[in-house]
Amino acid sequence: MIPPEALAALKAAVGPQWVKDARAELDTYATDGLPTHGSLPGAAVIPGCKDELLQVIRILHHHRIPAVARGAGTGLSGGALASSDAVLVVLTRLNRILKIDAENRRAVVEPGVVNARLSAAAEPFGLHYAPDPSSQPACTIGGNVAENAGGPHCLKYGVTTNHILALEVVLPDGELLSLGSPSGEPWGPDLVGLFVGSEGTFGIATEITVKLTPTPTAIRTLLADFTLLRSAGQAVTSIIAAGSVPAALEILDHNTIAAVEASIYRAGYPTDAGAVLLVELDGMDELAVEAEARQVEDLLKSAGARSIQLASDPAKREKLWHGRKKAFGAMGRLGSDLVVQDAVVPRSKLPDVLDQIGEIGKRYSISICNVFHAGDGNLHPNIAFDQTDPDLAERVRRASTDIVRLCIEAGGTITGEHGVGTDKMHYMPLVYDADTLGAMNRIRHVFDPLELANPGKVLPVHSCRG
Amino acid sequence: MVADKIRSLLGEHGLLGIDPLGLPVAAPASDDECALLLRTASSQSWTVRIEGSGTWIPRDAPADLALSTMRLKGIVDLSPPDMVVTVGSGTSWTELQTSLANDDVWVPLDPPGSERSVGSVVACATAGPLRTGFGAIRDHLLGLTLVTGDGRIVRVGGRVVKNVAGYDITKLAAGSFGAFGIITSINLRLRAVPRADATLIARGTRDHLLDAARGILSSGYTPGALELLSPAAVAGTEWTLAVRLLGSHEAVAAERSAVGAAAGMQFSSLEPSDAAEFWRDILARATDAPSTLRLGALTSSLDEALDSIAHHLDESCNDWIAANVHAGVVRWSGDAGVNRIQLLRNVAAHSEMPITIERGPWSIRSELGHFGAYRNGTDRLVYALRNSFDPSRTLAIPLGREP
Repeated sequence: MIPPEALAALKAAVGPQWVKDARAELDTYATDGLPTHGSLPGAAVIPGCKDELLQVIRILHHHRIPAVARGAGTGLSGGALASSDAVLVVLTRLNRILKIDAENRRAVVEPGVVNARLSAAAEPFGLHYAPDPSSQPACTIGGNVAENAGGPHCLKYGVTTNHILALEVVLPDGELLSLGSPSGEPWGPDLVGLFVGSEGTFGIATEITVKLTPTPTAIRTLLADFTLLRSAGQAVTSIIAAGSVPAALEILDHNTIAAVEASIYRAGYPTDAGAVLLVELDGMDELAVEAEARQVEDLLKSAGARSIQLASDPAKREKLWHGRKKAFGAMGRLGSDLVVQDAVVPRSKLPDVLDQIGEIGKRYSISICNVFHAGDGNLHPNIAFDQTDPDLAERVRRASTDIVRLCIEAGGTITGEHGVGTDKMHYMPLVYDADTLGAMNRIRHVFDPLELANPGKVLPVHSCRG
Repeated sequence: MVADKIRSLLGEHGLLGIDPLGLPVAAPASDDECALLLRTASSQSWTVRIEGSGTWIPRDAPADLALSTMRLKGIVDLSPPDMVVTVGSGTSWTELQTSLANDDVWVPLDPPGSERSVGSVVACATAGPLRTGFGAIRDHLLGLTLVTGDGRIVRVGGRVVKNVAGYDITKLAAGSFGAFGIITSINLRLRAVPRADATLIARGTRDHLLDAARGILSSGYTPGALELLSPAAVAGTEWTLAVRLLGSHEAVAAERSAVGAAAGMQFSSLEPSDAAEFWRDILARATDAPSTLRLGALTSSLDEALDSIAHHLDESCNDWIAANVHAGVVRWSGDAGVNRIQLLRNVAAHSEMPITIERGPWSIRSELGHFGAYRNGTDRLVYALRNSFDPSRTLAIPLGREP
């Protein structure tokens, strides 16, 4: 469905081997990390450098063909799906780390640089890139910018937007702009802040200047198990209230523990526990972090922890984290398909909301696994199921909607780090009124008047006023 | 006539009076009143001057009416367990922090000025020394309500600490000086008040102190504040490096010895009451002179930034300057004409250092704009964005040299 002359121009720009338009080749690009949505793009083009990328965007603009940017395709909202009249622009070959400036604690990278690779490159300087989504070994910084990605350690260090200093972007009409300055101070209103999290609907970041953070030299990881999920939630609130800012506060509920322990990723978590809570504390001084760990240990005991393991050396800490990091993989065994929700609630509402999510599971006779960033109130209820069973699929869909509504009623929102994409677009009117959605739509048209950049995502246009 | 219209829209209480420039001052008490007023202003082609407590940006912009946020005041909702507060933009920053302290929580942000409104701090994106350890205002904002120039109510973000639903209009509004609309309420992320709070100071030459500050950063420590202060900023005769350490008693004790070693110099420690006064006085002195600029530079380029300021604005070296060594932000307060500031802005832009005019008399703001050294093409984008929020240019905010 992509006009032959456009395909020819794309092939001339990037080399024929980097334009995929055969059905078999395009299958790879029909989904992102969310298995419940799929769409076959008209073509996929994989530029090898910034100049080629600019040519691609200009060709697509000339032919009025929509462009959908894609990094590693690990997104969880169906944000990197392209329809048959659109071209997927795959950025994985733009993968150079252009600069590591240790003195100023920053780096400049191309969008296709893999998150974990950036931290590895910064390591010799005692620095790292703090946002650490679970897909860190695969996901790209460009994708992180598009989604404003989070991760377990964002509780202390902030999400992607707190770590982006400047961007060079190509707008959908092919114009190249630089937003923000090397120090992070803007030249005008905060266009970097506006661009981060725009899910590819404003254009494509071609160069990204990020903050690097000193790597903590002292780390303690605690794993506490609780009879009740509720008590684990209350422990989280008491730790934050005591003035501690842990690097991470993660909860796995009973169903998740069972899935992990029944899988090859077995971590030795107690299978009779209602929940386990992982707490990580870090800093630059051993004694100070040790003292904080002891204080947190007392708080965990007061909150009803049955047992607490405390680890300081990397191997033991890794073991405590193992089950958390592999939880999604373990859940993959439970069914052929997996719905990963991403709602956020005020932290104090966690215990009640978790109870009610349990009720929703019972109501629809489905098993819900909760593994989540408890310190941020960012829930990830996961439902493993088989999509080919229409009755089950319908129950899962209805349960998902009930969970989202529950979180909004509790004062929360529909997505904390995965983005809206296609998956959550129909929930947008539940959190924003028509004037607010209208304002967002007008902003989008400033960047992309012809609606060529990732069209049909994020904003439900019929709900936007003005 | 405008005054009569305000009375008819908002009632008698909605008209505060007539200001010294002869402008009627309207004070809406709700988002709806604010929207009604701006819709009317937009349709009547009136221009509106926004004012908070009037302590930061002078009340001198010509307009048809002034819109004061003074009745959009108070804490609307505070939840210490969730570490979030919703506050009216007309609330005083000091009052907000005082009330939060009752619950042992705070916003770790110390904007220059005194008696400023929360709206002013957000609209001007003014962070202070604590930016080193805790980030700029954008890092503390969870959401806000904006009444656009054409009178629509836009509620963005939320009261949760993570939120990626839709576009981040919160960030666009923060630091836009009200050009997109009037911020009526703000959701801020809170932190527990640290158990220990120590301030260390050292005095000496500017370059020596700057090197010492860089030494601290290269050790991997990031203090709560690491501020290089001009003699005028501390009402003294020498440059001062002030370090503020916040956290648990153990962490602060450890940082105290690490900082001294990494800086390679002796610091003296201030008593807690003296420390509070020290910081408060520095921040208050920022408004002793008529204009304040904010310049962004890399930590490694701060010498150049400070030299440029000295050369173009502060030849006699007696102006208020506070340089946030980690964040790479230099703030200057003094008295300089349009030409000198413009020259500095041009020179700095060549070195990739943006200058924002944070406050100043109308003659300077209107001539130079709060911004005004846009990179190629971004000015078009900014003005198009502004047009989408305020198509009639109701809000009298000079963002830059606009077409």
